[in-house]
This record gives sequence, C-alpha cells and structure tokens, in this order.
Amino acid sequence: MVDRAGALAERVWQRYDRRERLIRYAVLLATMMLVYWAVRDIDIFWPWVWDAPNQISSLGARMWPPDPSRLAAIVNAMLETVHIATLATLLTIFVALPVSYIAAQNTTPNRACLWLGRFILVSSRSVNTIIWALLFVAIFGPGVLAGILAIMCRSVGFIGKLMGEAIEEIDRRPVEAMQATGASKAKVIAYAVVPQVMPAFFAIVILRWDINIRESTVLGLVGAGGIGVILQGSIDTFAWPTVATILLSIIVLVLIGEAITSLLRRRVI
Amino acid sequence: MLEISKLVKRYGHDEAVLKGLDLVVEDNSVVAIVGASGAGKSTMLRCINRLVEPSSGSIRLNGNELVNLRGAALRRARRKIGMVFQGFNLIDRLTVMENVLAGRLGYVSLYQAISRRYPQADIERAFQLMERVGIAQYANKRADELSGGERQRVGVVRALMQEPELLLADEPTASLDPRTSEQIMMLLQSLASELSLPVLINIHNVAQAKTYTERIVGLRHGKMIFDGKPAEFDKDALDAIYGGIEAPDETVSDPQATEQQTDKQHADKPRQRDKGLDEVKHDQA
Amino acid sequence: MTRPESGAAARLWRKPPFIANPVLRYGLWLVLAVYLVWALGSLPFNWERIAEGLPRAARIFGGGFPPSFERAELMLTGFKESFQIAILATLLGVLLSIPFAVMAARNIAPMPVYLLGRAVIIISRSFHPVIVAILFVAAVGFGPLAGILTLTLYSIGFVGKLLAEEIEEIDWGQVEAMRATGAGFLATLFYAVFPQILPRQVGLSMYQLDSNLRASAVVGIVGAGGIGGTLMNAFGRYDYDFAFAILLIIIAVILISEGISGWVRKKIW
Repeated sequence: MVDRAGALAERVWQRYDRRERLIRYAVLLATMMLVYWAVRDIDIFWPWVWDAPNQISSLGARMWPPDPSRLAAIVNAMLETVHIATLATLLTIFVALPVSYIAAQNTTPNRACLWLGRFILVSSRSVNTIIWALLFVAIFGPGVLAGILAIMCRSVGFIGKLMGEAIEEIDRRPVEAMQATGASKAKVIAYAVVPQVMPAFFAIVILRWDINIRESTVLGLVGAGGIGVILQGSIDTFAWPTVATILLSIIVLVLIGEAITSLLRRRVI
Repeated sequence: MLEISKLVKRYGHDEAVLKGLDLVVEDNSVVAIVGASGAGKSTMLRCINRLVEPSSGSIRLNGNELVNLRGAALRRARRKIGMVFQGFNLIDRLTVMENVLAGRLGYVSLYQAISRRYPQADIERAFQLMERVGIAQYANKRADELSGGERQRVGVVRALMQEPELLLADEPTASLDPRTSEQIMMLLQSLASELSLPVLINIHNVAQAKTYTERIVGLRHGKMIFDGKPAEFDKDALDAIYGGIEAPDETVSDPQATEQQTDKQHADKPRQRDKGLDEVKHDQA
Repeated sequence: MTRPESGAAARLWRKPPFIANPVLRYGLWLVLAVYLVWALGSLPFNWERIAEGLPRAARIFGGGFPPSFERAELMLTGFKESFQIAILATLLGVLLSIPFAVMAARNIAPMPVYLLGRAVIIISRSFHPVIVAILFVAAVGFGPLAGILTLTLYSIGFVGKLLAEEIEEIDWGQVEAMRATGAGFLATLFYAVFPQILPRQVGLSMYQLDSNLRASAVVGIVGAGGIGGTLMNAFGRYDYDFAFAILLIIIAVILISEGISGWVRKKIW
C-alpha cells in the first residue's frame, strides 16, 4: 500500500523538516531509553505487579462498608486538622510578609537582604511539609505544635514567593507619584505598594489555606497531630472499615474547604 | 524662582539626554516645554524633583540648591514641588479623598498616614480644592471609577495639596481626549494665577502650548533651541524643534492609542496571575 | 489642629471602612477572637515535652553538622529509585490522564461519563499522595510499586483536571469542521481536539515530572520506595548527620529539576 502510494505521487509531503524530525527522534529515543532503564533496573518483584489489581480490590472489599462507630473521634480529629491549617496559615502571614518584602527586588533594602530573603524562600519551598514535620516531631515531640510549625515552615516559602512576585509586578507610577510628594519610604509603601498588592495577598492566603487543609491531613502519619494519627492507628490495627470512614470524611473536608475558598474568593476579591 | 544652570543628565555611558541646560523661571509664570519624544523634556522635569538624578549642574528653587540633597532634606524639598503626571499615577484602589490627602504625605507622621487621621486643616483644604476643580462629590469613590479628565483633576489637586512653590506637569493632557485636555490646561493656567505659582508644563500639543502659556521653551536633543513668547513661536521655530523627526500634530491622536494599549495590558495581567497560581497550587507535592 | 474659626461646622472626613456594615465589621473581629481562643484552647499542647525542645534541637543540629556523606552508596540507591518512580509514574500518569480528561470535559463527554470522570479526578485530588501511598503500601506491600501507583494516580488527578479545563476551552469551530467532513468521534478527537491541547500537555508533563520527583521523595516516608525511606530510617536511628546530608541533596535535586523543567517549558511554550 505504501509502495502504491509512493508510485502514484511524485511529490512527497512531510510534516516536519529534517532537523525537526531529528530532534523529535532524539527526544523520543532518549525518553524510551530512560523508561527502559527505569523498568529494567527498578527493584520490583514483577509477579506482584500482575497481582496488584487483585490485592487492591480485596483491600477495597475489606473496607466496605465504612464503620461509623468512631465518628465522634474522627470529627474531633478533623477539627484539630482544620485548626492546625488555619492557625499555621494565620501565623505564616506574619513571617511571610517581611520575607517577601526583602525578597522583592524593588523593595529590598540592600543586596544582602535580597539574598537572605531568597535563601529563606528557597529552603522553605524545597523541603516538603512532611519532612518539616519529621524534623519538628524530633525536636518538640509528637503533637500539634510540630504540625503547626511544619505547615508554617512550608507556607512561608509559598506565600513569600508569590507575594514577592506580586510586589515586583506592581505599577511603578503611583510609587513615583508618592515619592514626588516627599513621602518617606514607609509612607510610599503604605500608600502605593500595599493597596496594589492587597488583592493578590488575599488570593494567595486563601489558596494556601486550601492547600494547608490537605497537607495537614497527613501530618499525623509522622506524629504531628490531626486526622493522620487516627488514620495511622486504624491502618496499623487493620481496622479497614474505620479507614474507609476516615477517607470519606477527608473527601468531605476537602470539598468543604474548596467551597469555602471559592466563596471567600468571590466575596473578598 | 527656579534657576537651572548647566544641567547635564547621562544614563550610563550613552550620549547625554540633557546637555548643559540653562533655564530661569520667574514666580507666577506658566512655561510650556515643547519638543519631540526623546528631546529630554521629561528627564528635565524629573531632575528638578530628583526622581531622576542629574549627572551635573545646579538647580535652585527660591535660592535653595536641590542637586545635593539627601534623605529627609530631599523629601522636605520634594514636598514643596508638586507634580502632575501623564498617566495620572493615582493609586487606583484607594478613594479619591485618600489620593488627594496623599499629597500631604510629606507633612504628616507615618501613624497619621497609615491610620488616615489627617489634620482637620488638611481635610478642609482637600474639600476646598476638590470643589474648586469640581470633583468633591467623588470624595469616597474609588479612583479607578473616575473618567480620564476627572482622574487628572485628582492628580492636580493632589499636587496642590502639597502647598507647592513650584508645579511640574509632565504631559498632563497626553492621555486625555482633546476637549478634556483643553479643560485641564485651562485649569492649570487659572490655578497658576490664583495661587501665584510657577508652573512648568511638558507638552506635545503646540497649539495648546501657545494658547495657555506665557512662555514657550523648545528642546531638541537635550539642548534649548527656543525661548520666547507664544507669539514669537512661528513656523521656523516649529521646524527647528520638530523638523525631520515627526509632525507635532500627529502626536495629538497618538496618546489615546497608547493609553488603550496600557489599559489592555492591565486587563491581561490578572489572567496570567490566575494561571500562575493554578500551577503553583500543585507545589503541594 | 482643628480650626474652630472656620465658620460653618468643620467638614469631617473618615476613611470609609472596608466593610460598610458596622455589625459585620466588628462581628468578624469577634468571630476571629473567639475562633483563636477556641482553637488554641482545644488543641492538646504537651508543654512539658515542648519545653524539652530547645536542648533537643541543639542536639539534633549539633549531631547533624557537618552532614555526613559517608554512606553515599545507600543514598545513591535511594535517589535512583526515586527517579525511576518519578519517570514511570509520570509516563503512566500522563498517558492515563488523557482518557480521563476527555471523560471529564463537559463539552465532549456525555453526562454519565462526565460525572464518572469528574469523580475520579476529584477523589484523586482530595487525597494527599502520602495517604494514597500508605493505602497502596497496605495493598501491594512495601517498595517502589506502591510509589508508582500513588504518583500515577496523583498525576491523573492533576494533569487530568487541567487538561479537561483546556478541552472545555478549545475552539469549537474546529470540531464542527471535522464533524462536517463526516469524521467519527475518535477522528474528531485526534484531529480537532488533541492538536489544540498538545502544547499544554507537553508543558504539563514536564511540570508533572518535576512535581513527581518532589513527591517521590516523601512517599518513601510511609514505605513506598525511594529516598524518603532512607531519610526516614536515618531519622529513626538518630543518624542526624546522614539525614541532613540526604536533605541537602534532596534540596539540590529539587532546585535542579525545577530549573530544568522551567527551562524546557519556556522553550516549548
């Protein structure tokens, strides 16, 4: 069939030119080799893979029906989870704003502060919440304080980075106008910078609160408080129906969180 | 009295934008500065209140040298120099009254500024000036709800709130439609005589310059090449200033196009932000 | 400051409050105060244990510095596994996200299919990958298989959601044009829908690879393979110098991968 087509048409139509094709093949080849290496080298016992669907469905079967007998304890732990996320988000604001101020190129007092700010943001963002939690549990012992600090440490980077970008994106012209009135730096910030970044600030904090709710559901797995503690306990004791209840309540919590954030976003911004 | 002598401004190692400018402005006079884009008009104005650092030369306002001022002394000098901007430079998300009171920032304490507790005299003055230019009814509206002409009136009132000894206007009408820009020019002219203020106006529109000012200064390539009464500003002077660069009359319609463009850029911005956020949201990993 | 002589009653001006209704305004402050008291009062803080925190922190950081890179081999094995998990999970996740995205796009999927697609995406987005990982570990045992399954699900949730939104925003005229030529559903999909979402999909894949690499470092904490397990063990054995070494490398790897992924996305878009 290909032969016939070739004989019929003398003009050859090709989608990509030679160089593009070479790049495409090279990228494809590199990807295939990478995947081949990953599949061959990875430490997986393959018969288990073929058995995995069975195992997963049997776990699912053991979970059904969800057991609501510990609902009261679960709801309490859920509230604790929400408290951790909310308190941590509130506290983060006080840390993140100064950091974003010194990490934004147009407001930073000097280069040393700029690099200090950037260093804080990068180190905060590169370490995952649960790793922060691991560290704080080791220091302060299991409990909600470790959880709050872990969420804070991760959120500072998030809120600080986005606020820093918001500050860098402001309209320069009102700043110039305020300088022309003879206002000091603090006044220029209060009048020309703060009003401009207000909407971004609310959006970022609300967004991070939503994320923090999800993050705080896992803190308990390393002992840092919240619903994760009960989840870990139920899994350890093979109380699968309780696990199912917890999972369902997490879905409910996350959906409620999303509803609240979208409501806030509409009302405030 | 404003005395500028041998003013030079050079950005980096490029050719100087201002090449030794001399200018004396008596009290109580309105001076138009005309010239093509890039002639150095805006740089000159900004050198006076030091939004741009002059490279060398001297600028004296009522006998006080401005060029060497630093920190608090500079801010005290700035509060005596009002400035009106081409793009209004209002703080969009604040009310008209807050924008107007911002003209007092050089006088009030930081606490007063942040808590918006301005002295009663300032508030009274703000209302009087706003009534004078016809925007008092908008006091508690947000600045971005106003039309272009109204916004520029806010800009003018803000500058006058500083109780300035000199008013600088950088293309104050370039972002406005022809009718409104006439009104603003008239306003500046009459305010100058009421308050006996020297006013420097950068302006593209030569016809307006001739109608509303008492003296025209022409700049080209950072040098003054014309200085005289509007009546003396003839075809030759026009050619000397704009010749071979661009027709001044074309520039009248030009600014609106640029304003629309900037508006559009602003409208695009929030969308980009949203996308950015969506991506970062994923950072929870 | 006030000028009593100014004839008529002095005109007052107050900044109009952010929230006009005074009841609501002060009510919100009250709500915030009550919430803080409630949250802080109900959270179980173990102050005695927390008080031990500072000496412990000193011991941990003292033990952690300088970080020890002696057991580099163990670290290398862990990172290699993390990479493999990330690569395979991204590949599977991105491929599987396409059918789910089509299912979850309101404009091309019939109602029941749409609801199913949305449900899958919502559920996989509700759970933090660590929770999913712990379930998969329970179902298929410790090791990278659980990690791959976790991150595949995670990728489906994220890429699927954004891709579905992208499909909902496509230029519908192209679809109509294809239908007008008499093309079937799949042909329409391939000619009118996929070309429009492809650039976004490539960018998202790069983003997801970066994201999965970050996540693969933490799913190991609950036993799903990769460097996280090594880190957890080091922490558990109070081997802080090794733990800090792992942390530093994780930060470095994340920064590098973020840089590469950002560069590639900029090139493509």
